[in-house]
Amino acid sequence: MTQDLVVALVFIVYAMGALITFGTLLTWVERKQAAVMSDRIGANRAYVRIPFTGVKLVWWGLFHGVADGIKMLLKENFTPQSYDRLAYAIAPWVVFTPVLLVFAVVPFGGTLEPARLVPALADWFGQRTYPMQIARLDAGLLIVFAFSGLTVIGAMLAGWSSANKFSLLGALRAGSQMISYELVMGLTVLGLVMTWGTVDLGAIVQRQSGTVLGALPAWGIFYQPLGALLFLTAAIAENKRIPFDLPEAESELIAGYYTEYTSMKMGLFMFAEFIEIAIIGALFTTLFLGGYNLPYMGDAGFAFPWGATVALPHAAVVVIQLVTFLVKVMMVCSFQILIRWSLPRFRYDQVLGFAWKFMLPVALANLTVTAVVLWSHLKGPM
Amino acid sequence: MKVAYERKRYWNEPTLTLWERSYLPEIVRGLAVTSGVFLRNMGRWITGRKGALTTYYPEEQRADFAPLNRGKHVLTQRPDGRPQCIACNMCATVCPAKVIEIEAGFDPEDVAHPKFPVRFEIDYSRCVFCGLCVEACPEDAIRMARDIPSLPSANRREMWLGLDELLTWNPQSDVAKPYPPGPTRRTP
Repeated sequence: MTQDLVVALVFIVYAMGALITFGTLLTWVERKQAAVMSDRIGANRAYVRIPFTGVKLVWWGLFHGVADGIKMLLKENFTPQSYDRLAYAIAPWVVFTPVLLVFAVVPFGGTLEPARLVPALADWFGQRTYPMQIARLDAGLLIVFAFSGLTVIGAMLAGWSSANKFSLLGALRAGSQMISYELVMGLTVLGLVMTWGTVDLGAIVQRQSGTVLGALPAWGIFYQPLGALLFLTAAIAENKRIPFDLPEAESELIAGYYTEYTSMKMGLFMFAEFIEIAIIGALFTTLFLGGYNLPYMGDAGFAFPWGATVALPHAAVVVIQLVTFLVKVMMVCSFQILIRWSLPRFRYDQVLGFAWKFMLPVALANLTVTAVVLWSHLKGPM
Repeated sequence: MKVAYERKRYWNEPTLTLWERSYLPEIVRGLAVTSGVFLRNMGRWITGRKGALTTYYPEEQRADFAPLNRGKHVLTQRPDGRPQCIACNMCATVCPAKVIEIEAGFDPEDVAHPKFPVRFEIDYSRCVFCGLCVEACPEDAIRMARDIPSLPSANRREMWLGLDELLTWNPQSDVAKPYPPGPTRRTP
């Protein structure tokens, strides 16, 4: 029992640390990638001087994230005169907390056997094995949707309690947009759920560990390419980023529903947005890119389609799986940033029209085709 | 009689083909362009070259200044190294930004040029680089070099240059003004 608690604590610390690090790092990655994409240099001036020496650590501007955080914390905490005090105060947390909680059900590694990993603790741990995932819940995907649906409440609260017409307009836009795209997102994922026959994210990733058609890794994106495309689009729209950043369209609504927020309260909204990029990356990786699975690698080592096998020690397997997951998440995050800096913003009616008139029918068609194929050819889930 | 509204058609009205209107291929094309630029620049950075058009300021001097760019001021010198300036205050008078401050001194030994600047200071935090001081000078004592005075600072008191910094130009290498004083009129 104590062992379970220790392992769970380690997982929680790792996952939270990874998420916060991703959130901080992505602010820097976003700036630098945008700069490189447009022939610029990007943030490169903030430095940390080692005390009592003249050595300045610049590290390609990595400390700009720290500088931003300090700036946010030290700014004047301005609050508007007329507002719903409670709602105004808790809105950033209502946006921020569910975003962190979503990660609880995402598996970030394969099965951990502490006894094999740390021989010194072999007696204490015995034969216990742990899937590397904070909460192994049957309802994994439902939890994800339940929590990610909560953020819209935070946006609405922020917009309403700010007593500002721009905030309210932004909140209304956020509400309608997020609800529309959540529907599309649910429908696209449903195709995948039907394919795998489960909503447990750990099981979904395990189903993706093999190969299909001989050499292709059995990733969700090869079963549901259209679903993957729709999911990513809907997820970016859900995160309210360009080209779907209508709720905060700065040329129309100043900053949308967080116009009246200052200092770290505003920073929480921004941070939640960046962490949600990482969450979308993690979900897309889990559902469509095989999660922690490296192609042709299982819990014992590599088994290539041409017959060769390479056995790996348990520690190496664990590390490779963790790194594989992080790298895949980073690639998806980078792709989202690429989209954000490439595409122009939609008009507001286009955003909703796109959701209801284009994505919803396509998602339904995708679902229908999946169902028919599964029923006629496979007589059930794979 | 009710007339149906008819939108005015322009001769240069943009037309989209079906391919462009289907939007997705154009998105892919746009992403290909931006990621292509990204990969090109990233390749340059990784191989140790510079993948950006930006000039690092103040570490780097821009290479594309025009030859006649009006940059930092230069006080010309006599062959013995003293400033050619006679402290007549013409430049300070004509200066629209009022950035030149001159304190004159008197040297009875030098009969030809008894007045000379004890202090000659320019406030570059206000200078507009118009070049009027150069035009006003009767003695060709002040000129403007091609390079800009790089004085980035958080303190405007540090943006002043005095005689020491302005007398850095070696007039021996200037073909337009032969030293020691030769023919007063240059042959064309």
